[in-house]
Amino acid sequence: MTVADLFAILPQTLLEGLLLGFVYAMVALGYTMVYGVLGLINFAHSEVFMIGAVIGLEVFRFWGNPESPVIANPFLLLLVALIFAAVGSGIMAVLVERFAYRPLRKRGSKNILVPMITAIGVSFLLQDLTRIYAALRHNEFNMQYRTYDALNQTFELPFQTIIQVKGIIIIVVSILMLIGLTYLVNRTKLGKAIRAVSQDMQTASLMGINPDVIISRTFLIGGSLGGVAGVLFGLLYTNVTPYSGVLPGLKAFTSAVLGGIGNIPGAMVGGLILGQLETLSGTYLPFLTNGNFGTEYKDVFAFLTLVLLLLFRPQGIFGQNVSEKV
Amino acid sequence: MPLLEVKDIHTYYGHIHALKGVSLTVEEGEIVTLIGANGAGKSTTLRTISGMNKPRKGEVVYQGNPIHKLPADKIVGLGIGHVPEGRRIFPRMTVEENLEMGGFLIRDPKVLQERKEQAFTLFPRLAERRNQKGGTLSGGEQQMLAIGRALMQDPKLLLMDEPSMGLAPVLVDFIFEIIQKLNQQGKTILLVEQNARLALQIAHRGYVLQTGQLTMSGPAKELAARPEIQEAYLGGH
Ligand SMILES: Nc1ncnc2c1ncn2[C@@H]1O[C@H](COP(=O)(O)OP(=O)(O)OP(=O)(O)O)[C@@H](O)[C@H]1O
Ligand SMILES: [Mg+2]
Repeated sequence: MTVADLFAILPQTLLEGLLLGFVYAMVALGYTMVYGVLGLINFAHSEVFMIGAVIGLEVFRFWGNPESPVIANPFLLLLVALIFAAVGSGIMAVLVERFAYRPLRKRGSKNILVPMITAIGVSFLLQDLTRIYAALRHNEFNMQYRTYDALNQTFELPFQTIIQVKGIIIIVVSILMLIGLTYLVNRTKLGKAIRAVSQDMQTASLMGINPDVIISRTFLIGGSLGGVAGVLFGLLYTNVTPYSGVLPGLKAFTSAVLGGIGNIPGAMVGGLILGQLETLSGTYLPFLTNGNFGTEYKDVFAFLTLVLLLLFRPQGIFGQNVSEKV
Repeated sequence: MPLLEVKDIHTYYGHIHALKGVSLTVEEGEIVTLIGANGAGKSTTLRTISGMNKPRKGEVVYQGNPIHKLPADKIVGLGIGHVPEGRRIFPRMTVEENLEMGGFLIRDPKVLQERKEQAFTLFPRLAERRNQKGGTLSGGEQQMLAIGRALMQDPKLLLMDEPSMGLAPVLVDFIFEIIQKLNQQGKTILLVEQNARLALQIAHRGYVLQTGQLTMSGPAKELAARPEIQEAYLGGH
């Protein structure tokens, strides 16, 4: 490949990085918002995301059967899948908070490691429950998203860039969700209460805010975003397993740290950066190293870059200090 | 019936027995001050009234109803506002948003707007800084905001924890004038102060707290005249 060739594939690479970045950004918001209100890394969030992907898949499977579709229009089907995943994952996140984290909080344990380890446990539990579900329901481990021509149709953009309809959908849905969340957090009463609880939970309760309600709503919002991201992820990669959440979850968490954990715009920017780092290294690593490092090293490279970034700015891009929150 | 009646409360922080049977009453329309040395339990008393701490023993009765088992976010709805020690402004929210949080329980947007305007009338300085982040305000401005925020829900009883702490003398006078003005407008006030001289000047009655127990109480003028109070809290003048 010549240098000119390398440049020629750049726009397409950036576009793919953007799609991935939006997915990471939406998942990263769930980590960062929960960290904001509780100071907790909710490791189970990756499974809430994965369950969103599974819910979307089931909507496609049961209502989108090409022979006898309940909903024939793939766009409408996708909309229904997104709504179901948002609701389902949101409720799942609320349940995790209600039954795993809240009881620990009420016991007044100051040790943050206890809920963290609980989070890891819940994460395993949800993976295994999904594995059992997949085995019983479909007798399989890899679950495949249905594909629809209408969603896979491609358009040519300038600079030899190709985008699929589902790519456009991912961009539009993500942007709408990110704008919606920004509005909610900054302008609505609920959003302001979430920020108040993040900044000072005790004082928030002196204002008449019930912190438990606000924490629960935060999980609901973060979980819903994760569920939507799950469906978009399934649409993009078509294959879903009970462990599909692990790696994207880790990357989304990293995005949140990169942006400054607890900071909402930071999570969005961090996700977009990580998406680019990953696809750029996936595309260029083999060429730049004469094939010594293949695409499979993309995560290593992406994370190395992150370590370097964080060495220079340990608090993350938008973080002001370690305790900086929403 | 007193507006507030604290009956023999015992409050703990883990094993630390911070309040060892504190009883006090506040009548409607009064300014009552609670003075005492650092660590005596003044803040803990206010925190137990507003529900941030739970007493292990004893009762807090407000307008005839026991409230010590209610969570803090329910107690504020009954008409008890708390200006906490150290102001506790939400640092990354604007002045206006801080006030809105103070009015969190108000459902009618018109009422909310009115109350905000009232706060801005009381503290014109806050109006100028309406869109400034709470964390960037000066100490005096933060104190005004903390008071304005507690007033948003139009409480009957206002608990104030060291509102003069760390302020320049002019501002201390200003804050004390505000306290008196609020009282004249009908607010009942329970005031915790390090500045015992000023507190006893504006209060009707006072209590003296020492390591979790009340040692003296009475009309503010009488307390101020007592030699032991003068020596311990008024700098011996
Ligand atoms: N969060 C806490 N954890 C443990 N002990 C506490 C806590 N808060 C207060 N205490 C202890 O309880 C006692 C009473 O504290 P409190 O804050 O009520 O005193 P105070 O009279 O308000 O003092 P100051 O004038 O310094 O504000 C003190 O011995 C203090 O060390
Ligand atoms: Mg105190």
